[in-house]
Amino acid sequence: MTDMEFTGSTLTAAGPAAPPLLELSGLRTEFATRDGLVRAVDGVDLRIPPGSTVCLVGESGCGKSVTARSILGLVDPPGRVSGGHIWWRPPGDGERVDLAGYGRTDPRFRQIRGQQISMIFQEPLAALSPMYTVGDQLGETLRLHRGLSKAEARDEAIALLRRVHIPRPEQRVDEYSFQLSGGMCQRVMIAVALSCEPALLIADEPTTALDVTIQARILDLIAELQADTGMSVLFITHDLGVVAEIADEVAVMYLGRVVEHGSTEQILTDPRHPYTHRLLRSVPRLGSGRQRVLPTVRGQVPHGARRPAGCSFHPRCDHAIAGVCGTVDPAALDGGDGHEVACLLYDDAHRPAGRTLPLTVVEPAPTPEPAATAVTADRPPLLDVRDLRMLFPVRHGMFGRTTGQVHAVDGVSLTVRPGETLGLVGESGCGKTTLGRCIVRAETPTSGQIQYRDGDGDPVDVTRLSGGALRRYQRDVRTVFQDPFSSLNPRMTLRQIIGDPLVTHGIARGSELTDRVADMLRRVGLSPDYLDRYPHAFSGGQRQRVNIARALILGPKLVVADEAVSALDVSVRAQILNLLRELQDEFQLTYVFISHDLSVVEALCDRVAVMYLGKIVELADTATLFTAPKHPYTEALLSAVPVPEPGRRTRRTRLSDDLPDPVNPPDGCWFHTRCPHAVAGRCDQPASPPALETVAAGHDVACLRHAELHLDGVRADRP
Amino acid sequence: MLGFVARRLGLMVPTLFAISLVSFAIIQLPPGDYATTLVSQLEDNGQTVDTAQLEAIRERYGLDQPIVVQYWTWISNIVLHGDFGQSFQWNQPVAELLSSRLPLTIVLTLSTVLFTWIVAFPIGLYSAVRQYSWGDYVATTVGFLGLAIPNFLLALGLMYIALTVFDADVGGLFSAEYEEAPWSLARFADLLGHLWIPVIVLGTAGTAGLIRILRANLLDELHKPYVVAARSRGLSETRILFKYPLRVAVSPFLSTIGWVLPLLVSGEIVVSQVLSLPTTGPLLLRALRSQDMYLAGAIILLVSVLTVVGTLLSDILLARMDPRVRLGMR
Repeated sequence: MTDMEFTGSTLTAAGPAAPPLLELSGLRTEFATRDGLVRAVDGVDLRIPPGSTVCLVGESGCGKSVTARSILGLVDPPGRVSGGHIWWRPPGDGERVDLAGYGRTDPRFRQIRGQQISMIFQEPLAALSPMYTVGDQLGETLRLHRGLSKAEARDEAIALLRRVHIPRPEQRVDEYSFQLSGGMCQRVMIAVALSCEPALLIADEPTTALDVTIQARILDLIAELQADTGMSVLFITHDLGVVAEIADEVAVMYLGRVVEHGSTEQILTDPRHPYTHRLLRSVPRLGSGRQRVLPTVRGQVPHGARRPAGCSFHPRCDHAIAGVCGTVDPAALDGGDGHEVACLLYDDAHRPAGRTLPLTVVEPAPTPEPAATAVTADRPPLLDVRDLRMLFPVRHGMFGRTTGQVHAVDGVSLTVRPGETLGLVGESGCGKTTLGRCIVRAETPTSGQIQYRDGDGDPVDVTRLSGGALRRYQRDVRTVFQDPFSSLNPRMTLRQIIGDPLVTHGIARGSELTDRVADMLRRVGLSPDYLDRYPHAFSGGQRQRVNIARALILGPKLVVADEAVSALDVSVRAQILNLLRELQDEFQLTYVFISHDLSVVEALCDRVAVMYLGKIVELADTATLFTAPKHPYTEALLSAVPVPEPGRRTRRTRLSDDLPDPVNPPDGCWFHTRCPHAVAGRCDQPASPPALETVAAGHDVACLRHAELHLDGVRADRP
Repeated sequence: MLGFVARRLGLMVPTLFAISLVSFAIIQLPPGDYATTLVSQLEDNGQTVDTAQLEAIRERYGLDQPIVVQYWTWISNIVLHGDFGQSFQWNQPVAELLSSRLPLTIVLTLSTVLFTWIVAFPIGLYSAVRQYSWGDYVATTVGFLGLAIPNFLLALGLMYIALTVFDADVGGLFSAEYEEAPWSLARFADLLGHLWIPVIVLGTAGTAGLIRILRANLLDELHKPYVVAARSRGLSETRILFKYPLRVAVSPFLSTIGWVLPLLVSGEIVVSQVLSLPTTGPLLLRALRSQDMYLAGAIILLVSVLTVVGTLLSDILLARMDPRVRLGMR
């Protein structure tokens, strides 16, 4: 590999055999902001061949979405396409047109949007107007581009909904977006996008906001429709597992430029750019066990107005060539195999003697750690949850009579040992968040007990605490919230935000408060200089550090982290997970870690509880649960997680995304309606809801067939 | 939808009951009762009161009865016979007094609401779509002036302008010659000639407020993902604007019905006084000052009922417009 010829490539010339459907050359999109001109897209070259799937990957703020929106002229002012070309070859006549020359409101654009090029978005619920039925929004495109009558459009809308596998399309067509689940909404968006059989589908993070099980189904659907229609897909994601699942080609973006481009195989198995290396390594991989320290990408994406000179990645690069990378702008180089990289290390003119290729990343191998140390198992549990129930009434009818109850948490029993990290996983709506809220007493449970034992003292039942005793408990048990953007008051400085618990609990004020907040900032890796800044000045990762600082300022024993890293980029996520581990050691913390992301749970947790419709269906230590699950639901969750390794696109267990109505759960095992292993006449009998039983030491399962089933864990099907 | 309306109508019953209780309490607040007030008034004038007449009044209103029975007599007279009692000061039935003033009040109210909508809607729309344009700044400045100038000052200013520039007689709603005349085309034209001043005065603040609300709401909606999604489907800009964000942003217009209706019957007392409008506002003011309690109570009851009805109307319209309200979600 060291003698590989890297030659300058002209990305716009000589492509693959068929002329590309879409070709971006030197695309520039700028935003005039108060901080100066931000070049969100700064000379992007990209080809999309007919019928293939091209993935655009990179951290947030790298210009992936803006690139996609520029293609369809959807960049809102003050942003504008300021240079380059967007060559679009409409299917059929073959005369290519430059979309970059069209204004955003150009009528010619309207012929292309929705008809030749369609787009689906990250938040399906927000992308559908709540004021009109899904049938209306679907029919609108059909009537506009295909000239159908109202009645024809309705029939066609139903047919399209059926095609994207929406159950009971005749009813769904008259429903509103807010009556559908996120997965259903994304199916509707896909139906809208496909209604005119476009030649190109642009998918902007279409599964990021969805559960893994739903994500797997949506990816399957896109692949299936692509096979049917032969359309191309430009797929934007930050999830390299998704890339492995669907992409033919991958373009890695950093700060508005494509830094590496190649086939999925090339990018995932032979990454060349140091940034791609780092991205790949910062993904916690399912099956790699509990890890001491996760590798990360150092630093963070700089603000678009402050692009470093030379190679824009050099301040974060471990391989940067002193005196060169900071001044020379790297050009795209082709290794002769269509694998292009924009890095000076691959340029013979700049690579210093002694540097060899391929890059060898010097990094301590991730050290798997023995799970659940024996010490903690002997000590009495910190929390002992017994038969906890939380019911929410469903109101209906004339005077809001209670017509039913949602069992958000339905008879949960578990223990939390001092010093451990307990993971709570499950799809949205499984009750994991409500359970967390009961533990911190943000909700008062309907029935059941939560015994809290501080040190060697007698346990107290937390569910009945009030007044001063509750406040003392809430000093010991704190929460870290999911959304780093909405969970911080924008009108308070960091001093006020982090110091607030000290004031409300009457612990410190004045200069003592300032000292403690400054100290806490330092411990979560932020500078004490930030004391008087407001949250808007910080990135998502930094805000999550602030959230953690606020949770830890009172010196708690237990921290409930509810999807604390879900909203963060992979690289930042790894940084925050590492921080959580360091702080756990430093302060002897116990964590309850709520997440739908199984790879994160595997990397951090000692034990994991899997929840379904308010009940725990499986509880085991992490290694056992991931390698030898006993519940089909656990198996299905594990198999739905995309893994960043090409060649693993196998048909796996897929769950339907039609969850049972939580007000009227099915008879028998509540999971049997979606379970691939369910046996009719046994699992669906009213007399047989399975109870949680211990099948091995520390391994509880609620499945009627656990003894006879042999289920696949993550390492079992590894090649 | 029918269930929604039925539920709201059902909820109106206890609300109206509570309102009638409060109105009655207001009637009963001053010491003594209507009969003693009447006697003292007449005796002040050196007259003696016929005891039979007094007894008749007492018996008619059941003033010798316990409070509960009195309330029942009062409310059942209103509900069953439309009899609001006797105005002590005007010596007329309250119902008659109101019926002479209410139609004009309603005309004024509706004209003002229409004026507010017709002016605020296009300006608000323009201000949002062309944010930070020259026109937006003008609309914003004028809007803030409209909000900031007290209504009575605006009324005086307009009267002065009308008098000096147009040489028009601007007090009241009619010129002297049409005051008592029967309805005719000429009288209607005269009404229009007078109506514009109170409509502008009463409508300006509301218009300015609505422009700001529509602009802010629309600006929030214009960049929502569903607008971008609609654009990505190839809809024209006009169609996108009118179909999607505007439909959400228009809710405050419907809400105005809820508060404009009662406000204009009672609230614009000062303006009505300045412009000497024959509306119910000044009537209420005088009734309160002279402790004409049956009249005051009736107006208060009426205004409260209008508030409830207005809220109901705007809620029904909102539910028609917004499925999220109708289906009781989110």
